[in-house]
Amino acid sequence: MSFHLILFLAFGAVCVAGAINLLTQRHPINSALSLITVMGALAGEYLLLGAEFVAAVQVIVYAGAIMVLFVFVIMLLNAGEEEQTRGSRIALILGVPGMLAGGVLVAWVVLRHSGTEAVPIGALPGSPQDIAQLLFHDFLLPFEVTSVLILIAIMGAVVLASAPEAAPGKGK
Amino acid sequence: MVPLSYYLLLSAFLFSCGVVGFLIKRNIITIFMSIELMLNGVNLSFVAFAAHWHALAGQVFVFFVMVVAAAEAAVGLAIIIAVYRTRETLNVDQVNLLKL
Repeated sequence: MSFHLILFLAFGAVCVAGAINLLTQRHPINSALSLITVMGALAGEYLLLGAEFVAAVQVIVYAGAIMVLFVFVIMLLNAGEEEQTRGSRIALILGVPGMLAGGVLVAWVVLRHSGTEAVPIGALPGSPQDIAQLLFHDFLLPFEVTSVLILIAIMGAVVLASAPEAAPGKGK
Repeated sequence: MVPLSYYLLLSAFLFSCGVVGFLIKRNIITIFMSIELMLNGVNLSFVAFAAHWHALAGQVFVFFVMVVAAAEAAVGLAIIIAVYRTRETLNVDQVNLLKL
């Protein structure tokens, strides 16, 4: 068993444990913290695949910015424990076995049809310089369109989250 | 040396956990976090395939997915705040009317 495989299994175990913990926890803040754990472990997996830039962005943007937004909203709304309802119990009874069956099917297809050749560590130059070459030459138009998307998202968030008195055309 | 299929299995597991969370959770914030978990699973597939086929474009796509996820999180959490302000609840079972 190579050291690469041991690292993969260690990060993968943290990922799996965090994802299962996200499902079993009742309180949203515990779920958010498990999701941060999953994202941190995934950054380790990206490093194993040689994607340094993606790993750094994963930690900074995902585990940093986006999850801070989530935790902030959980605290702002004072979210408590979720209550079980009839619908959620039905989803639990039907959904989990269904997803298990689907997961076994996907695992069978993947193990049967994907090659068993190994992905060597650091096989791909994932440095910021190479990413930037690709991003600002081949993907320049999507990059610019993305900036427009971000701008619209900012305006939408401000409009949606502003106080109801400030929103025009809504009689109270 | 780790086979590509191991990465794909981990990615499929994370995606499945996201789907299960989306279905069984009743707190709207946790449902939203399940969507983020699904996006993370897809990102792992992108990076694994990028390394497998020596195509750096896969990592650029992960970058785009992250940007879209950030925009989605900002707008979605603003919607959650607006919903909470009008209904005083985060339980999706009690948010069953389109009108305010």
